[in-house]
Amino acid sequence: MDCPLTAGLGLKPEHYDAARACTARGLWFEVHPENYMVAGGPRLRWLEAVRAAHPVALHGVSLSLAGDAPPDEDHLARFAALVRRIEPALVSEHLAWSTYDGRYFPDLLPFPRSDEALHRIAENIERTQAALGRRIAVENPSHYLHIDGHDWDEIDFLRELVRRTGCGLLLDVNNVHVSARNLGYEAGAYIDRFPGKDVLEIHLAGHSCDPVLGEALLIDSHDAPVAPEVWALYRRLIGRIGARPTLVERDGNVPAFDELLAERDVAAAELCAAEMAISNANGLPRRPKPMRAPARATESFR
Amino acid sequence: MKPATFQSHFAAALFDVRPSFELASQPAFAVYRNTVMKGCIDALEANYPSVARLVGSDWFRAAAAVHVAARPPHDGRMLCYGADFAGFLAGFEPAADLPYLPGVARLDHSWTQAHTAADAHAIDGAWLATLSPEALGTLRIAPHPAARWHWFPDAPIFTIWERNRNASDSTEELDWHGEGALLTRPRDAVTWRGASLGDCAFLDACADGKPLGDAAVAAVTAQADCDIADLLAGLLRAGALVVAPSAERAS
Repeated sequence: MDCPLTAGLGLKPEHYDAARACTARGLWFEVHPENYMVAGGPRLRWLEAVRAAHPVALHGVSLSLAGDAPPDEDHLARFAALVRRIEPALVSEHLAWSTYDGRYFPDLLPFPRSDEALHRIAENIERTQAALGRRIAVENPSHYLHIDGHDWDEIDFLRELVRRTGCGLLLDVNNVHVSARNLGYEAGAYIDRFPGKDVLEIHLAGHSCDPVLGEALLIDSHDAPVAPEVWALYRRLIGRIGARPTLVERDGNVPAFDELLAERDVAAAELCAAEMAISNANGLPRRPKPMRAPARATESFR
Repeated sequence: MKPATFQSHFAAALFDVRPSFELASQPAFAVYRNTVMKGCIDALEANYPSVARLVGSDWFRAAAAVHVAARPPHDGRMLCYGADFAGFLAGFEPAADLPYLPGVARLDHSWTQAHTAADAHAIDGAWLATLSPEALGTLRIAPHPAARWHWFPDAPIFTIWERNRNASDSTEELDWHGEGALLTRPRDAVTWRGASLGDCAFLDACADGKPLGDAAVAAVTAQADCDIADLLAGLLRAGALVVAPSAERAS
């Protein structure tokens, strides 16, 4: 029997054994595919062992969808091979660029949301979905700079990408909080306008203050627990759109697995509460919406 | 501004301390500059742990920053970044007093290559013993896809590398002579041992597709006192050999 994805965790190598053994209901894990694009060896075996016990999502960081060039063919081929091997529950990438003229910059870089950029990104998403043979979710980025030359508001831009390519969206609530603070807009209004029906996945993470500029510049650092303001935005979002697979990310100051799992359990409880509140409001039992992981003969879902 | 122009200027400003790009004048531009540089340096430090331990983190990160600016990554897989770091160190003037550093870097890189190489079934002595002498002479064996070997004629690079890879605090004096190293990965864990000149010549010949008999000749030519039976038994025990893929198809 398969089980809907509830709240998941970013998988850290130091937690492979604990992750595999954990039996929390609806638990799933997410990894950066770049770390597993290898010919062979233990990394793939570790990932396959976790995959045999839980659904796994692939969250790419280097496809450079907003780059002014098609995605690298070799990279796409490696990505497609990993998708075939792992049969992920979800695949996602970012509304950002990270390669230019053959060079790779390990970050998610911003761009003016112009008509020309829209056309190119839609093409890049289509190529990616064709190569992977599936729909991907595109994530809203964190913003730090005031950029001139936007023809499009970010939400309208994402909505148009969905319309043109059939892709889904990944809403990173911490990115909304960080960007709203840095650029001076209202995070709640952004959350309320975001097209709920296209959201395939939600991300939650911690942030920090810039060491030089302090509170005037928040950094999407993934090195702390999810902040209270971000939990509040999350409740507001799922109270409106219902439950979605939700990932708690932590990349720095990684604590013991049980501590991360406890934070993930908070998200799982919020998802339950949101579903119940919506059911009660409608006066009807409501089927949960989360994506179902494809069943595999070799695995046992708990 | 065209997307390509914007990205070209943005990319240049990431490494330029006095860029003319207007966006770079916003203090927050430093977030991108710092993230990109830190991501590259962290990857080098993770990929070259023995070099980093030898020279200390501060020196390593300063040298790495010079390397990053000169040779940024070309692949989103950061575990592949720095394949030419040994070559960079060989020409890096502040490292001139540490002539063993490029060799140590080469072995760190070999470890990563062994860790991520294709899986393959390593052959063992018991299997080889089932073959007739005629079959043995024409047998083509190949190095395991994870096997990497190096001969360092001038310095005990393998000993230096191994001590740092194992984080050993050994103060035992180094015997300053040439040394070879063999790294491989019969299953999950990368393993290593010293290698002779004969081992390296033998593996070179196998990698070139030579039959076993020719590889044995190459080993003895490189190292006159080399015992081929011992050499072969040692490489089989290490899990460093497979049946050559073309030979496997033919059989």
